[in-house]
Amino acid sequence: MSNILGDVTQGTYHEEKGFWRTYVFSTDHKVIAKQYLALSLFWAVLGGFAAYLIRWQLAYPETAAPGASWIPEPFMYEGVVPPEFYNVLITMHGTIMVFFVAMPLLLAVFGNYLIPLMIGARDMAFPRLNMLSVWVFTLASLVLLISLFVPGGAASAGWTGYPPLSAKAIYTGVNWGMNLWIVAIALEFAAFLMGGINFLTTTLNMRAPGMTLFRLPLIVWMQITAGVVFMLSVGPLIAGAVMLLLDRVIGTTFYVPEGGGQPLLWQHLFWFFGHPEVYVILLPALGIILEILPVFSRKPIFGYRPIIYSTIVAGILSFIVWAHHQYVSGIDPRLAMPFSITTILISVPFALIVFALIATLWKGSISFPTPMLFALGTLGVFLIGGLTGIFVGSAPVDIYFHDTYFVVAHFHYTLFSAVFFGGFAGLYFWFPKMFGRMMNETLGKIHFVLTFILFNTTFFPMFFLGIGGMMRRIANPMQYEFLQPLQPINVFITGSAILLLISQGIFAINFFWSLFRGRIAGPNPWQANTLEWSTSSPPPHENFHKIPTVYRGPYEYSLPETAEDWLPQNQPELEEVKK
Amino acid sequence: MKDALNMKIESMTLTGTGIPSGKAGVWCFLASEITVFGGLIGSYLVVRLGSGGWPEAAAHLSFSLALFNTLVLLTSSMTMVLAFDAVEKGDSKKLRTFLFLTILLGLVFLGVKAFEYAGKLAHGFTPGTGVFWSFYYGMTGLHALHVLAGVIVNIILFMEALGNALKPNEHRVELAGLYWHFVDIVWIFLFPLLYLT
Repeated sequence: MSNILGDVTQGTYHEEKGFWRTYVFSTDHKVIAKQYLALSLFWAVLGGFAAYLIRWQLAYPETAAPGASWIPEPFMYEGVVPPEFYNVLITMHGTIMVFFVAMPLLLAVFGNYLIPLMIGARDMAFPRLNMLSVWVFTLASLVLLISLFVPGGAASAGWTGYPPLSAKAIYTGVNWGMNLWIVAIALEFAAFLMGGINFLTTTLNMRAPGMTLFRLPLIVWMQITAGVVFMLSVGPLIAGAVMLLLDRVIGTTFYVPEGGGQPLLWQHLFWFFGHPEVYVILLPALGIILEILPVFSRKPIFGYRPIIYSTIVAGILSFIVWAHHQYVSGIDPRLAMPFSITTILISVPFALIVFALIATLWKGSISFPTPMLFALGTLGVFLIGGLTGIFVGSAPVDIYFHDTYFVVAHFHYTLFSAVFFGGFAGLYFWFPKMFGRMMNETLGKIHFVLTFILFNTTFFPMFFLGIGGMMRRIANPMQYEFLQPLQPINVFITGSAILLLISQGIFAINFFWSLFRGRIAGPNPWQANTLEWSTSSPPPHENFHKIPTVYRGPYEYSLPETAEDWLPQNQPELEEVKK
Repeated sequence: MKDALNMKIESMTLTGTGIPSGKAGVWCFLASEITVFGGLIGSYLVVRLGSGGWPEAAAHLSFSLALFNTLVLLTSSMTMVLAFDAVEKGDSKKLRTFLFLTILLGLVFLGVKAFEYAGKLAHGFTPGTGVFWSFYYGMTGLHALHVLAGVIVNIILFMEALGNALKPNEHRVELAGLYWHFVDIVWIFLFPLLYLT
């Protein structure tokens, strides 16, 4: 019995549990984060494979894609993508990457893993709700997988699922695939609602003594802002998804024009969530950079409070920009201008954060281990994504660019940078904490250089494709005479994309090799200040042997009055300066 | 025992808002629920303002049945508050009585709703008849599901109160009450929007 309770003076207890309770049905936030990590990496492989098939079809239409001949009919015909399946591929690629890779990786993995550790708590406020969240997400994953194999095929109305195309089975020929797609998305939302409630309540109520709101590491601020934005924006889309499902299953006419419904209504409901969702993904990624940059430039973050205020302002503004997705959808032209203005306005807080990051680097003593490279890579790539967003956010320019590859290039520059550059930065940085071992630096640097170059050679030419007028979501650009001169660019992009996908194998090798053979990390390999580095790597069940007391903010690097160039948040007093 | 003592020490030293975590969680949940119904009601208003010939469809609804249901639901909110009051005073007999009444009134509401649906369907007004009927069934149906969920929560609390198993977790009556009042308030919006136009 005494073993279960541990030592009261230590303030901790370790309950011995079996395999299933420790690794599968666990309420430990660290295990849940790793479960989400496994699921998101699984989906990233599938989403990447869909991207490969899409790119092959665009470069060499109606030829057999190498390595795809194992996919049976009626999906593909000896490696050739038929047009209906092309629609499935683009729908699934978008759905998987946004809802089943980006959100679990950036929010669920880093949020679950870091929030309790960084605020000095033993676990989330609602550990069982947390476990429910990961299992509902698993269920959503299963439903989406099953939807690929039901009669009639998988959802093929695009990841945005616009009605009327999506509102009746007869329009696409897809019945159960689309219904299950809606169910999968709804379950995924439910999982992340539970996560958001947990993040917010935990951060408000479970902070260690001395951890005031303005001593929180910025990634915690970013995670909870993202959680609040998600919780307040997803409701209308849940309502919208219920309406879409009712239209399909019991024949209501919410979106069906002949019954008096309005197809445009869905676009408003979808983008009322869909645009804040972009920031829900971006903010945690920014948070990862904000944690990494001070550590590897050995400087306090520049403008801690202005960054927090900017984040909140951006979160509020993100609710009034949604209709910039609809400039060509039959929106009142008088509404186009206000939405252009708010869209350009939202770049102001983000510009402030980017400048604060650059100022953090200024005159720092910068080193370049892999996490730092990926963090800087995120910053550089996201900048291009953000700046091209000003083009497509302005109604006059967007009317030309709408639904072209310019848009595709733009959102891959924002999303790929946030999800993969940001996600890799975070994984390389916190891998020692999560698994107790360091990742291999040489492999990491090769991975970064290849990813950075190949990402740009893949997506930058898409801007030219878009300016040249190539539309999204077309299965065969060679069918259009005016696009035929652009075909060499498509071939070049596909070559880059394939190399980009292959080079991710380096990360996979590094990840699994380091898991078992990496150098033992020790509690604080990066000499960082935040609380998660004050406990062992990986942290014990319940995180801390004794709940730490916090004395200062998270970024006290290179203080003139200390001997070391770092001063952990939980260190009681300043050390004497060594003369 | 040692464990409980340990938790108490920790909860005193943690930096928090002073709001119990359960309550904060329920408020967060309700905030997102508001946006679900907000999206639905907003959609209804947009479609309603954008189409002609609307009141004719709405005239088929029974105002008196809905008024009766409104009174039932309002009364159930009152009994829920009385149940919470009984918890605070430690009166488990009253708690059981008022939880029982709340459940009963919730079931009456659902029964009337079912009667109403049956009548409409018998007259040929199905969800596919037109966009008004889509919204009518969609909005009241989603609300009825919320009422059903609340009734189930209250039944669980009632069963626990019967066996005195609720004792250490009596604050759950307050949390269930928050949810129940929310469901009530949603109906206060749905009633005029659907029946009084």
